[in-house]
Amino acid sequence: MGEAVSRPYRRTMPATWWLTNRAYFLFMVRELTSVFIAIYLVLLLVLISKVAAGREAYEAYLTFLGTPAVLAFHVLALAAALYHSITWFNLAPKGLVVRVRERRVPDAIIAGSNYLAWIAVSALLWWVVL
Amino acid sequence: MRHSSEPIWWSLFAAGGVVAALVAPVQIALTGIAAALGWADDAFTHARVLALVSHPISRLYLFVLISLPLFHSAHRFRFTLIDLGLKQGRGLVAVLCYGAAVAGTILAALVLIRL
Repeated sequence: MGEAVSRPYRRTMPATWWLTNRAYFLFMVRELTSVFIAIYLVLLLVLISKVAAGREAYEAYLTFLGTPAVLAFHVLALAAALYHSITWFNLAPKGLVVRVRERRVPDAIIAGSNYLAWIAVSALLWWVVL
Repeated sequence: MRHSSEPIWWSLFAAGGVVAALVAPVQIALTGIAAALGWADDAFTHARVLALVSHPISRLYLFVLISLPLFHSAHRFRFTLIDLGLKQGRGLVAVLCYGAAVAGTILAALVLIRL
């Protein structure tokens, strides 16, 4: 026996495991929303640097943002960001247990206040910028 | 017991998740769609946008908006790669993911300070 040391058996998982079931697939979609958000943040940082660079650079970048491919990316990124928000707020009551006078605050109230904050912050930003 | 840096990354992940959940959709709608399509022309003229983003509160807001969700994304992407079977280079994956978030944070700070 050349191989005296036996290793524990490890079942290998195919990289496509998340395609086998709807819940796994939705989990992977949720995880991948972060990639869209990260790419968006890079594009936003470039936008700010173009604002600093001057009017011509800024206007050229706005034209770039208006090209069909970049616009399509932002539409997808918006869908991804909405999915992140909804899954995040729905999970919040599970991570945050609030008790008032020994009683646990119902999940619906915690999730609901998150949604209200979301709407208020979105409306405020929309109003400030536009 | 050896100290782990995991709680730091997890806290940044959670904070970034909150920031992204609250403002990422409206931000994408504003700069990626409204500005790109030229809605409300006078809102996105260079002079107005420069004045808006130069305000100290805007700079602080933009720094938080860019930095924290980058750590959120880095953390998620790190574990997505591992879930997809990249188990050999765990250490390298972590360094690359969090390193990208740190680099993005430094770049954001430089851009926003120089505005």
